[in-house]
Formats: sequence, C-alpha cells, structure tokens
Amino acid sequence: MTEKTDITLTVNGRDFAVTVEPRRTLADTIRDDCGQTGTHIGCEHGVCGACTVLLDGEPVRSCLMFAVQAEGREIRTVEGLAADGALSPLQQAFIDNHALQCGFCTPGFLMLATGVLERDPDIGEDELREVLSSNLCRCTGYQNIVKAVKSAAATMKAGR
Amino acid sequence: MKPAPFQYHAPKTVADAVALLAAHAGDDGRILAGGQSLVPTMAFRLARPAHLIDINNVEGLDCIAEAGGRLCIGATVRHAAFHKPVTAGPLGALLSAVVRHIAHYPIRQRGTFCGSLAHADPASEWCCVAAALDAELVARSARGERVIQAAAFFDGAMTTTLAEDELLAEARLPLLPEGTKFGFQEFSRRAGDFAIAMALVAFRVEGGRIADARIGIGGAEPAARRIAKAEAALDGAAPGKDAFAAAADAAAAAMDPMEDVNTSAGYRRDLVRTLVRRALEDAAAA
Ligand SMILES: Cc1cc2nc3c(=O)[nH]c(=O)nc-3n(C[C@H](O)[C@H](O)[C@H](O)COP(=O)(O)OP(=O)(O)OC[C@H]3O[C@@H](n4cnc5c(N)ncnc54)[C@H](O)[C@@H]3O)c2cc1C
Ligand code: FES
Ligand code: FES
Repeated sequence: MTEKTDITLTVNGRDFAVTVEPRRTLADTIRDDCGQTGTHIGCEHGVCGACTVLLDGEPVRSCLMFAVQAEGREIRTVEGLAADGALSPLQQAFIDNHALQCGFCTPGFLMLATGVLERDPDIGEDELREVLSSNLCRCTGYQNIVKAVKSAAATMKAGR
Repeated sequence: MKPAPFQYHAPKTVADAVALLAAHAGDDGRILAGGQSLVPTMAFRLARPAHLIDINNVEGLDCIAEAGGRLCIGATVRHAAFHKPVTAGPLGALLSAVVRHIAHYPIRQRGTFCGSLAHADPASEWCCVAAALDAELVARSARGERVIQAAAFFDGAMTTTLAEDELLAEARLPLLPEGTKFGFQEFSRRAGDFAIAMALVAFRVEGGRIADARIGIGGAEPAARRIAKAEAALDGAAPGKDAFAAAADAAAAAMDPMEDVNTSAGYRRDLVRTLVRRALEDAAAA
C-alpha cells in the first residue's frame, strides 16, 4: 500500500490513532501526528541520534523506522520521563551537571541513557562512554553529559 | 530528506516473503530487515524501491541455533544479539569482540547480521567475519533453496551473488575448535565510523606450531576476503614476531586497495600491515 493506512501507536502508555503513508518515519509520526514534539530530528539518516526513542525498552533511531513497523510496540519518548511533575533522576542530573546548552540533542541523549541504565544500572565507565558516543552534541563537549549520566546512575542505585 | 513512496508488505512466513519477492523483484521490490542501511539510502533518495517486503514479523527468522558444528544465524537476528557470547566456545567470544565495532548501540538494536552480508558494504565487520571463517549463506526463493560459500557470495562493493528474488534466510558459521585463538583490529577516524581497514585473524597452536591460520581483510578492497598467502606465512611457523611480521607483509602485498578522497591506496596497504600484526599479537596474547 502506498496509500495511507490507519494504525495505533502506543506512546508513553497512551494510544494514538493515526493515518499514515508507509513511507512516514516513526520520528515524523511521533512529532507531527501524535504531537509529541520533544523527539527531535537532526540528520534523518541515523547519524546524530537526536531522534532516539525507546522501542520496547531499547534505544533506537526513530528516523530509521517506519511508523507502520511500530504498531503494537511500546514507544517511550522524552515526554514520558517525568512522573507526577517530578523530573526523572537523569533529567535532574542533566540540569545539575550543566549537561545541556541549546538542548537540541538532549531528548535523544536522555532516551539513550535511560534505556541503557534501565538495562544495565552497573554499566562501567568505558562502556558508558562507548554508548554515549552514539549521539552527537554540538555544544557541551560531552564531558558534562558523561558526568550527568554517571551521577544519575548513582542516584538511581541509591534509590533502589 | 523523506523516502519516496513505496508499497509496504509485512509477510508472516518465509513462504509468503519469497512469494512477494518473486512477484515484485522485477519492479524494484526489496527486503526491509533492520533498515539501518536501507532507510538512510532511501532518505537520500539514492534508493527508491517500489515495494518493501518487511521481514521483521516473519516467524522463525530470529533464531540462533547450533547444528552440525555450525552456528546458524537467522535473517532477523540483530547485531545486539552478539553483545554477550551466543555460544560458549571461541566463536561466541569472537563475535562479541567484533560486534562492538559495528556502528553504535541503538543501530545495533535494529541492524541484522544477514542484512549486513546482503548489503555487502566493503567495510562491514560481519562481511569480514563471514569471509574469514568461510560462512555458508542460505538463499531462499520461490524457486527453492541453495547454499552459497562466502568466497562466492561477495562480488565487489555493495554487490553479492544473491539473485534479486532471493532472501538470505540464514548464515552459518563454523563453531571454531576449542583452543582457537583470534584477534580483531580495525581503524577508523572516529568512534562508530565505518572502518578504513580491518583484520580478523584466527589460528590454533599445535606442538608449538601454528595450524589452521585464517586471515580475513575487510575495508581495504571492494570485498572482504581471506588472504591465502598471508595464512601460508603462518601455518607451520612458531607463533611470534617473525611469523607475524611475515604474515603482515604478505597480507599488505596481496592487497589491491581502494582509494578515496581521504585515503590513498598506499595508506590502506600500510594500515593492513599494521592491523594484521596487531591482530596476531592480540590473538597470541589471549
Ligand atoms: C550511523 C551508522 C553507522 C553504521 N556503521 C556501521 C559500521 O561501522 N559497520 C557496519 O558493518 N555497518 C554499519 N552500519 C550499517 C548497519 O550495520 C546495518 O544494520 C547493516 O549494514 C544492514 O543491515 P540491516 O538489517 O539494517 O539491513 P537493511 O538496511 O534493512 O537492508 C540493507 C540491504 O540489504 C538487503 N537485505 C537485508 N536483509 C536481507 C536478506 N535477509 N536477504 C536479502 N536482502 C536483504 C535490503 O534489501 C537492502 O538492500 C551503520 C549504519 C548507520 C546508520
Ligand atoms: S535524526 Fe535520526 S539519527 Fe539523526
Ligand atoms: S546541547 Fe546543543 S547540541 Fe547538545
């Protein structure tokens, strides 16, 4: 079908009934059809990571998937991180450690690091740096992003 | 940019997938696996397939199994499946050592082993593994099934001997004998970039002598391949500096390297020499 099809996407636990062409990427659909514009789009070819969302708990590039492929999957975006008005420990750590400047890359880094810390709370420094090298930031120089994620990992562990 | 329009098909069985491929191969029907190479190419409008046959929901293709001394890797097994060893022997450790060089963590969650082989980028780590270890590639089509040896599968940059109506259903790698030592080295200018050159080596030591040497080179030439002359410099020799230097020189001499705006043929040849030596030293030290 090149024609539009009706699908239901589950974003942050909420169902969105949308009508999309097969060629519509998950990133565009989340932003334009579901209205969740926290997910950013930079390069549209998998390099920058601004569009990173969690798909069934794992970070993926939402610009490299089509929305029709995500039906029935659990999608999480930056809008779903804060609970009851309180920022997640990772979001708070980004503020405390000055891990963002313009903020364009931030939603992608938050979802990348959330996915990785949920899977492996005890991740070592080398591996963490390797994972964080997945996404691009033009402002911070990365050091404060690494600091923030490490500090959030410690907070999350203390809270367990 | 946005991909051009296409018709989307999501078969549930291999039979349906190959039937769709047979029906649409002629008008640029393509398999969609992890999408981590195909979707960027579509976003650049370098590819405008009229039909995409998405194999992500096909039953049975996501399986990793051991049979007849081989590890069988189905078409939708993701790179990330190899982050932890999938088998206890040397092959599991080898695949885990190599996988961390492929792209980035989120891309490894979607991209597939078989998709890498079908895409056949000269700098694909899995293509280098498949060539070095003599993988068997199982092609399925509406016409039947055939097994292609890795040496006859890669056919230049981004080209394989798969027919356009064939699905690469499975890749089979030999479970390397206990005691097999291996080393993998690649060079790229930034973390996660495609490598400019890479070397995968494996051998055993029997009575102080090297046996069953394998040296695979990727990234330097249009297609990854085993380098027989470099392996001959190892087999029967005592592991150590002299044999490793001889093998590294032989590998470099055997290259017909690609050139691009950033990288001359001579530079790639030098890289191959260094990477083979380092991979052999890593193998010996392990
Ligand atoms: C930023 C970035 C960096 C990357 N870096 C690397 C890297 O360092 N090393 C590396 O090896 N790769 C790298 N990749 C590519 C990645 O590994 C891809 O996952 C892989 O090349 C293709 O696998 P796929 O499953 O995503 O295939 P797809 O993108 O879905 O398909 C690729 C091609 O293969 C065909 N195809 C796929 N599966 C089959 C099949 N089973 N049978 C027949 N045809 C098939 C498709 O029709 C298409 O033509 C990178 C990608 C990105 C976006
Ligand atoms: S917009 Fe998806 S990776 Fe850049
Ligand atoms: S804060 Fe500006 S790109 Fe990262």
